[in-house]
Amino acid sequence: MKLVAAVRSEFTKVLSTRLWWVLAVIMVGYVALCAGGLAAILSGVGTRAGGPVVPEAQLPLLIYSFATAVGYVFPVLFGALAVTSEFRFQALTPTFLAQPRRVIALSGKFITMLLVGAVFGVIALLASMGAGAGVLAGFGVDPLLGDPEVWAFVGRSVLAMALWAVIGVGLGTLVPSQVAAIVIVLAFTQFLEPLLRFGSSITDWSAQLGQFLPGAASDALVGSSIFLIATPAGTGLEWWQGGLVLAGIAVVATVIGYFTSWRRDVS
Amino acid sequence: MPTGVPIEFAHLTKTFGTVDAVSDLSLTVEPGQVTGFLGPNGAGKTTSLRMLLGLVRPTSGTATFGGTPYAALESPLATVGASLEAASFHPGRSARNHLAVYAQAAGLPKTAPEAALEKVGLSGYADRRVGGYSLGMRQRLGLAFALLGDPAVLVLDEPINGLDPEGIKWIRLLLRGMAAEGRTVLISSHLLSEVQQTVDDVIIIAHGKLVHRGELSSLDVSDSKQVQVNADDRERLAEVIRSAGYTVASLRSGVLVENAEAAEIGRLAFDAGIPVTALSQKRTGLEESFLALVGEEGAL
Repeated sequence: MKLVAAVRSEFTKVLSTRLWWVLAVIMVGYVALCAGGLAAILSGVGTRAGGPVVPEAQLPLLIYSFATAVGYVFPVLFGALAVTSEFRFQALTPTFLAQPRRVIALSGKFITMLLVGAVFGVIALLASMGAGAGVLAGFGVDPLLGDPEVWAFVGRSVLAMALWAVIGVGLGTLVPSQVAAIVIVLAFTQFLEPLLRFGSSITDWSAQLGQFLPGAASDALVGSSIFLIATPAGTGLEWWQGGLVLAGIAVVATVIGYFTSWRRDVS
Repeated sequence: MPTGVPIEFAHLTKTFGTVDAVSDLSLTVEPGQVTGFLGPNGAGKTTSLRMLLGLVRPTSGTATFGGTPYAALESPLATVGASLEAASFHPGRSARNHLAVYAQAAGLPKTAPEAALEKVGLSGYADRRVGGYSLGMRQRLGLAFALLGDPAVLVLDEPINGLDPEGIKWIRLLLRGMAAEGRTVLISSHLLSEVQQTVDDVIIIAHGKLVHRGELSSLDVSDSKQVQVNADDRERLAEVIRSAGYTVASLRSGVLVENAEAAEIGRLAFDAGIPVTALSQKRTGLEESFLALVGEEGAL
């Protein structure tokens, strides 16, 4: 009952400021541009310049997976900001006055971000599939919208985005400084992780480790990504293993963060 | 009508490193009156209140509401209303939503935010983003948060700071009214003069230790009474008073006489044929005792 109250309260926090839709709008633009752009290159221009790089049957999923491949930074950022803004605006004081059991307060935030992340997933897929399917159909490639495999992919993508949002919660509790959290999210997702994934694919043993990187696990869960094309060795994880890796990172980070920041004195 | 429970501090201690922010604080705050929690900045007031509210973990000792720690209260916001000095608002959220967030977390009725805004006179500004609020409006919003659950106990950290004279008068009436209803009201301040007309009882701490506890009037122990007097011929006036055996000090706007009654000084001037242009009795007992208690560092 108290947990339900905490979730309701967290939803009101999300919906009563502008951040969620500002991030959603940027995400839609970014994802739609990438998906539509690459769909045009691979299905149109690409075919003329010496045959398709990607088999036509795999093309739609690859295009649609831009929802997660480039969109995942938005739920992770949102999840992190949901925690760091409590520290930044000294909002932990009223939060803990209203709910002194801090585990419940943090659990409420975790559950809420899981749901908000899923909503970000749905929005991102609308963008990637809307732009991608439109462009593919325009170039005469079947967008496979009736294919059950595509819809299974949609489900897995929504789950991935939900898990990314709670990874953000974990990060925010570990690094309560708002600026530091933003820098870490951007540096890790946009620079460090792609580099690590590329680097780890060079040798076999490092590839074994590399598949547990969150981005790699996410791609394994989703089942398709532009990065999987770039590293043909691929990932050895099953989709459900990828999901477990993401969930594990989120839970472990949040639990550690609970002890290092959330549980501390508020002064 | 909610009935207040006493606030009980028992051997409450908080140590930061080697510094004792609060040491061995034991006292009870009774319902039905307004109690002032006074001390200079850094005396440990806020730390004590944060320990009372479960935000800071005591090094030792306890702080409870009639024996129950804050975190163990069945419905905290409906039992204790608190407002702490730090402005804890997300600037992008409206006052109404700010209150709704916490009313929902505490499981309070849907009407609670509106009622609280009404009580503090912010109804007209409820949908404005808090970032644009003045200091006085933020103070009122902090108070609205405290009143959200119609609590029987109020704990307010520096509630008067930042209010205009009209606001000060308003909060004074509000707090006195709540105490008269039988609630427990504890307010902190670093200025005695700020709460002097509001509180019945005072607790004074300095350097984390209790230095005085009692009714407000108990502070007025000093028997030094001063008279301020002035005349056109100030030199002669001072001379006359001095020759009557008083200690006289010169002020910009007259002469200050130690240990004197206004009536006596007036008579002296009259007998000497000096027309007095100003004559007043000064009672500095409260403020002086306060300063004496909190020590030199307590300079306000």
